[in-house]
Amino acid sequence: MAKVMMKGNEAMALAAIKGGCKAFFGYPITPQSELPEYLAKHMHKHGGVFLQAESEIAAINMVYGASGAGARVMTSSSSPGIALKQEGITYMAGAQLPAVIINVMRGGPGLGGIQPSQADYKQVTRGGGNGDYYVIAFAPEDLQETVNIIKEAFDVADQYRNPVMIAVDGLIGQMMEPVDLDIEVPKRELAEKTWATIGTYGKRPPVNINSLFLDPQGLENHSWNLAKKYNTIKEKEQRYEMVNMKDAELVIVAYGTMSRIVRSALEELNKEGIKVGLLRPITIWPFPEKAFKEIPESVKGILTCELSTGQMIDDVKIANNGKLPVGFFGRTGGMVPEPEEIIKAVKDMLGGLK
Amino acid sequence: MMTEKIICAGFGGQGVMLMGQLLAYAANDNNLNTLWYPSYGPETRGGTANCSVTISEAKVNSPVISQADSVFIMNSPSLDKFESKVKPGGRILINSSLAEKKVERDDINAYYIPVNDIAYKLGNPRVANMIMIGAYIQLTQLFEKEEILKILRKSFGEEKAHLIPINDEAIEAGKKYIQENYK
Repeated sequence: MAKVMMKGNEAMALAAIKGGCKAFFGYPITPQSELPEYLAKHMHKHGGVFLQAESEIAAINMVYGASGAGARVMTSSSSPGIALKQEGITYMAGAQLPAVIINVMRGGPGLGGIQPSQADYKQVTRGGGNGDYYVIAFAPEDLQETVNIIKEAFDVADQYRNPVMIAVDGLIGQMMEPVDLDIEVPKRELAEKTWATIGTYGKRPPVNINSLFLDPQGLENHSWNLAKKYNTIKEKEQRYEMVNMKDAELVIVAYGTMSRIVRSALEELNKEGIKVGLLRPITIWPFPEKAFKEIPESVKGILTCELSTGQMIDDVKIANNGKLPVGFFGRTGGMVPEPEEIIKAVKDMLGGLK
Repeated sequence: MMTEKIICAGFGGQGVMLMGQLLAYAANDNNLNTLWYPSYGPETRGGTANCSVTISEAKVNSPVISQADSVFIMNSPSLDKFESKVKPGGRILINSSLAEKKVERDDINAYYIPVNDIAYKLGNPRVANMIMIGAYIQLTQLFEKEEILKILRKSFGEEKAHLIPINDEAIEAGKKYIQENYK
């Protein structure tokens, strides 16, 4: 199919339909409202359910219910709305229920602003709610990658029986780009959802979907089982891209819109003979620690660039494990830098290293 | 490798977003890479509005434009805000019906087009943005008028098909204004 021009939020909605999403529960919030708006118009044509709940909390609990019944289900929101959904998300992780959650991030803390931001990094990558759990989190940089990942995300969620979050900044939601919705994405081998509460028909014992374990030994066993699953995910699902690494003096770590701005900066730096590489996390949980082993010997330092005051930098430091100096450049609150600001940050850091 | 970075600025209701979208759609129809990004938020009719469009044979990276090849100025405040965004040697197309000042820089090419006055003469003040598009495609030869009309036909559908002739006239008027005043 030819590429069509779509707004990010609408493309994400259509990608969910293409990914087999059969139920959506949400509540409007800028800058992602076009996503539920699109699904309100189109979901029923594909045999799916769209429901605008009375609140974010109601929406995420509807997701819990639909997922428990075995449906492919999604919700979407933006930063403060995602904060409200955390109770439902930790319950789903505890009850091992799959779902796809789209977070079109805006500035915070609190109600913050409505402009693009990556300041939810820690909320997204540290679970976000209570308890020993994680959500698998993708942070794509353009619309094609975003729709491909959303289509795949339903399989990933089902495979691991865990919520998957797509964390994009508001700019990705609001921009338009040509996108092909029909590109084939990898399919996972999925087991039948024998855990779904869809009636026993008198043929099997009832199943329970639950995150309450009053017996501490039972909860410890459950938690270690989850930890084992998260270790498998860390081993198998790290995703990243390495750009311009050959002979690089410096490596920038950036994701989402920031990585695109960095790419433009790298082109300019390259013209000046300054060799800088880009390590782009595509999954932010699991964080692509493996990528750091591929950083060439020529690199003298790492510059982390984020649309926040510095959150991913902690993961960069863990992965770097003290090997190289780690610097930071960030804009936040909805401010998005121009490539020139990255160029200056690179030159400042390289100047300090020499 | 062709790359054209465009900023469209004006006030809400002037069709500033649509101008940018039309160029992005036309680029996609020509199998070029493109990215359209609007200012968004509590903007309303009468408030400020702007969008950026990048069109390129190469992959589009930064959605943020620091140095634009072409800037559309639809009202006076936008001139103050965006004159500095034109790259040296770039072009600025100014709606001289509403922005009375001239550019201060001498390293950019300025085109003053009274798009509102022309639109009134055509009998529909709402096509001022299409006159600007006409001027732009005349200057850049980036797209044909027919390519823009094709997109409008598709987006208008049958319900608004009667508006195609006036938009056709508007694009033509913009082209003609450049031909006659900026040879």
